[in-house]
Amino acid sequence: MNKNPTQFALVSRILHWLMAAMLLAMLFIGVAMVSSLGDYHKLVAIHRPLGIMILILAAIRLINRMFTTLPPFPPTMSVFERRIASASEKLLYTLMFALPLVGWGMLSAGHYPIVMFGPVHLPSILPANPTLYAILRKSHTILAYLLFLTFLAHLTAVLFHTLIIRDRLLNRMALWPTRKTKEKTATDPIQ
Amino acid sequence: MLQSNLSKTHLVLRLVIIGLVMVVIVGLFAYAGGWLTPHTLTQGKIIDRFETLNGVHSGFRRNHAKGVCVSGWFDSNGQGAILSKSSLFQTGRVSVIGRFSLSGGKPYAADASTTVRGLGILFKLPGGEEWRTAMANLPVFPAATPQAFYDLLLASAPDPMTGKPDPNRMQAFFTKYPASAKAVQLFKTHPMSSGFANSTFNSLNAFGFVNDHGTVNWVRWSMVPAQPPETINASTSQQSDTNYLFDALIQNIHQHPLQWHLVITVAQLGDPTDDATLPWPTNRQQIDIGTLTINDVESEEISPARDINFDPLVFPNGIIASDDPLLSARSAVYMRSFTKRESEHKEPSAISTAETEK
Repeated sequence: MNKNPTQFALVSRILHWLMAAMLLAMLFIGVAMVSSLGDYHKLVAIHRPLGIMILILAAIRLINRMFTTLPPFPPTMSVFERRIASASEKLLYTLMFALPLVGWGMLSAGHYPIVMFGPVHLPSILPANPTLYAILRKSHTILAYLLFLTFLAHLTAVLFHTLIIRDRLLNRMALWPTRKTKEKTATDPIQ
Repeated sequence: MLQSNLSKTHLVLRLVIIGLVMVVIVGLFAYAGGWLTPHTLTQGKIIDRFETLNGVHSGFRRNHAKGVCVSGWFDSNGQGAILSKSSLFQTGRVSVIGRFSLSGGKPYAADASTTVRGLGILFKLPGGEEWRTAMANLPVFPAATPQAFYDLLLASAPDPMTGKPDPNRMQAFFTKYPASAKAVQLFKTHPMSSGFANSTFNSLNAFGFVNDHGTVNWVRWSMVPAQPPETINASTSQQSDTNYLFDALIQNIHQHPLQWHLVITVAQLGDPTDDATLPWPTNRQQIDIGTLTINDVESEEISPARDINFDPLVFPNGIIASDDPLLSARSAVYMRSFTKRESEHKEPSAISTAETEK
């Protein structure tokens, strides 16, 4: 393994983009679901299993995070900015776990079967209780908005670094070939 | 290093790009949430209409607010297995919990013989699966779409002067929705029975029963009472007691268990599955697939059925939704009503424990 990586490990990068797409889809499905009439059933039917998939991937991602070496922050990031970045990473990980768990718990407390697809369904994780349901239902919404805001802040920060400061921050997470790696290949003596 | 060698124009341009990305994402999110299309009918608007017309009654369902909870079991005779692979339709018994109700959002309204009666049933299948159904004693539903239902709520609201719906508004509604006019005509050929015990409760919407071969049978179902029929007459309609329909039901259950046959009507090709205002031809195959027995009655104050959402789209493997637009809308609005009432302080039910133990 590369001891001084310039990029996140490949598994980390794949998980990042896969989960980014899933989380963004979930936020849009969720917000559409709670107002729509005609599409409600279809959206809920996607929302539940997708949420559980996110929970599973979040667990895999956390384990992966503990066992991989991170690329260093670029020198363009101040100590304060680094602290913010680390805190927002922790917040995002927390939300990736909290949202599906609160959703699962909320349906359990609401005396709902947790249907995934066909005959596959999950057990209740909480006793049926109206007050608990109401609290978790509210929390699910608040946490989802918090996730959306954190996502917006994360995206703005990355765009600012990439487009304004131009420190190639995005390259650390890139799944596509970046300029640096291209240069490397071009000067590779074996070629 | 921090401010790279960008010209002022480039810097502004790039800042504008970042701003645009944010605007597009937030805009799409707002669009998905319905904030940019205020004229679209939403779950919230339907609930608001119920609350405007009935007032807000803390802790109660926004519709079918007045009710009593029951429990018992369902004996499947195995005849349904040809239609659906659900384990429910194999020969055997499952326990059920349910709720009889009167339509309308007023939990303390006086019982009236002409008020639509509802029956919600939750079948507890082995392995944690559930089938929930919310039925009514109507032959067809008076609205084909959520919008028609939303308009009907307003049109049929009692005029404060007369206590009855304004005939002009009803006429305007029927002119706009001829399908509803036809459906209401059908009600006249299906007179209301004398009480809950001898009412036939219908699924109204169509559903798909999927069998072992993957074939989808489009069906509607009815709970057909084993209790002898009795239509409303002078002695049963002129009741002064505010809870006379519920009291009669409670008394019936205390005397002996009540039974209903679950009768499945199977559609033929071309029968409408997406329009609950249209009856299916009377010669369609009907299969009696089992018997529902209700042997216990409890007030909402103590029964877990108070906190069950009889969402018509909760079903086991082997049952699917049809293309009826009302189904998804019902599921959505029931969920919103459920969330609201579970967040509120629970007021005592009209059908109290004292009533159910009489």
